Amino acid sequence: MGQPGPAMSDPGEIVACPECDLLQHLPELEPGARARCPRCGNTLASQAREPIDVPLALTLAAAVVFIIANTTPLMGLSAVGRHASTTIPGGALEMWRQGEMITAVIVAFCAIIAPGGYILFMLTTLLAAKRPPAPHWVGELLRWADSVQPWSMNEVMILGILVALIKIAELATVEPGIGMYAVGALVVLFTAIMITFDPREIWKRIEWTDDVVETGR
Amino acid sequence: MTATSLSAAEAGFVSCETCALLSRPVDGSEPGHCRRCGGKLESRRHHSIQYTWALVVAAAICYIPANILPVLNTTTLGSTDSDTIMGGVALLYTTGSWPLALIVLIASVMVPLGKLIALSYLLISVQRGSIQSNRDRTRLYRLVEIIGRWSMLDVFVDTFTVALIQLQPLMSVEPGPGVLFFAAVVVLTMIAAESFDPRLIWDSNAMRRFDG
Repeated sequence: MGQPGPAMSDPGEIVACPECDLLQHLPELEPGARARCPRCGNTLASQAREPIDVPLALTLAAAVVFIIANTTPLMGLSAVGRHASTTIPGGALEMWRQGEMITAVIVAFCAIIAPGGYILFMLTTLLAAKRPPAPHWVGELLRWADSVQPWSMNEVMILGILVALIKIAELATVEPGIGMYAVGALVVLFTAIMITFDPREIWKRIEWTDDVVETGR
Repeated sequence: MTATSLSAAEAGFVSCETCALLSRPVDGSEPGHCRRCGGKLESRRHHSIQYTWALVVAAAICYIPANILPVLNTTTLGSTDSDTIMGGVALLYTTGSWPLALIVLIASVMVPLGKLIALSYLLISVQRGSIQSNRDRTRLYRLVEIIGRWSMLDVFVDTFTVALIQLQPLMSVEPGPGVLFFAAVVVLTMIAAESFDPRLIWDSNAMRRFDG
């Protein structure tokens, strides 16, 4: 090895690539820079300029937009003097009523629970980590945020809404609702949160769980 | 960046999947918990190959009814029409929106099939101890992870179509049994991609080095 091996007490900036497990030294990064694994090309770290405040502001905005997206109509339909409209929870509910319970739960999870959970966990994590040291339960929250994130499918949903809109437009007059624009805004906000947020910043500020064990709290 | 030619596992370390802290495992089979974040440490995901194969096979089985059974039943003044996924694509194509037909075709038919083929190829190559094109295989894995969610497209299309078109007795749309199988394919392949451990692709290199 070209540098001292990682020591038990101070692992420093030596990391293993999460995708290929190669041990390597992670250099100090300039703001805006990113480090890639030389073996498999995976992005190991990127240094954001404001790793807490910017994602916090974006997450707060996402929370407001999320509520709008889930309470206002996605689209409305007018045919032979009748009017109908649907919301995101309304869509999942109608699937449930029609007997497709499992599909309804999957839709509710990917469209409401996962994005909502991601916003909630991120908001709590960022608020708690604003003043270091961050309490150790922040680690648990960040782990939850990580695991719901792949299931939060705003961008797939907005395309699904558009396809449904165009399909139905063949049969009746449809007009997009506020909810649809809100889902579009959520896609942008979620992408921005993921770009500006750097989980390493949280890990730097966190109180280690073995400190908690040793001091007997 | 300076890099060694050793993986963390070869050097006797385990990297936390949550916070990336390197730790020395308590013992090989039970590495314990991360000292920083408290996450469960695993050198490689538990039974990665077996779990991934099981999920891939289950998804492949669901893929057949997902494509044969109708996903939507449209009732217009007493007569009912059934549409499969491909039927929906054909409908979009004939009504003139071929770009949308193409998107739905790719997301609903080609992506799930491609994922099943890609994951099977990754599993077989890891099991045979391949050391060829590791970088490309890692890239393929990353692509499977990123693109998989887009297959949920048709489930959302069907949900919102059903939710909006409830104009009894003139016209109503009901979900067909295909939707459940289709959603199952997407969920199963997503969990399969998550249970596959890409570090296994690179472990064969180390094995060859020790053998030779």
